Amino acid sequence: MKIGVVVSEGPYTHQAADTAYQFVKAALDKGHEVPRVFFYHDGVNVSTRLSVPPQDERHIQKQWTALAQDHGIDLVVCIAAAQRRGLLDENEARRQGKDAHNIAEGFRISGLGQLIEMGIQTDRLVTFGD
Amino acid sequence: MSDTKKFLYVNRKPPYGTIYALESLEVVLIGAAFEQDVSLAFLDDGVFQLTRGQNTDAIGVKNFSPTFRALGDYEVTKLYVERESLEARGLSEGDLQEITYEDEDDDWEEKPSIRVVSRAEMAKIMADQDVVLSF
Repeated sequence: MKIGVVVSEGPYTHQAADTAYQFVKAALDKGHEVPRVFFYHDGVNVSTRLSVPPQDERHIQKQWTALAQDHGIDLVVCIAAAQRRGLLDENEARRQGKDAHNIAEGFRISGLGQLIEMGIQTDRLVTFGD
Repeated sequence: MSDTKKFLYVNRKPPYGTIYALESLEVVLIGAAFEQDVSLAFLDDGVFQLTRGQNTDAIGVKNFSPTFRALGDYEVTKLYVERESLEARGLSEGDLQEITYEDEDDDWEEKPSIRVVSRAEMAKIMADQDVVLSF
């Protein structure tokens, strides 16, 4: 089965990003496909490469980046939600005249159309959030 | 993208206090370009999103409630509101904005987009969907 995943709460404050990660791993282990994960609302904060949690804690962004690289998952961060919250890739930083960018490897910024497209193209859409 | 799917956007939170309602509406507006069969559901505190006479001056955030009245132009014409949620909050249909659309299949007659339904009817509407996005 093709499963699309939405993460709609921020890392560390809320368990959604962790549970979504465990769910995607389990689904892949069972032979399902997870072509894309869409990060929305505070979920976009998962994609910052500047997160430095204590060493004895999980690193949520790195977990996602590794999972995406191992399984070819498209990690999409909503551009409108990201810009509100200070998350920019190199292109957007240049376009907005900002002196820094902070999107981690394996994530890409794109529009809400990617969320709708995922709903159309997958068999199930599973949301992790409140 | 060959087929048309039934998309339901479920709105459960009040319009202000958190960003869920605004960012839900943004998905609806973008999603309209994909020509899917779109419905919106309003329940729990989500029914406050449609109340008339909203004024956000004192809290310094944008009042986005007029945008709901533009949904008809995006061919989003089915706004289901749960009666039990209204009643639990002391609201009735008269407390909600008038939101209409022009029915192209009926000589462009102006018709109401808001349909107040019972909790049982809402359950059926939800069961009938292909994709449910909950905010």
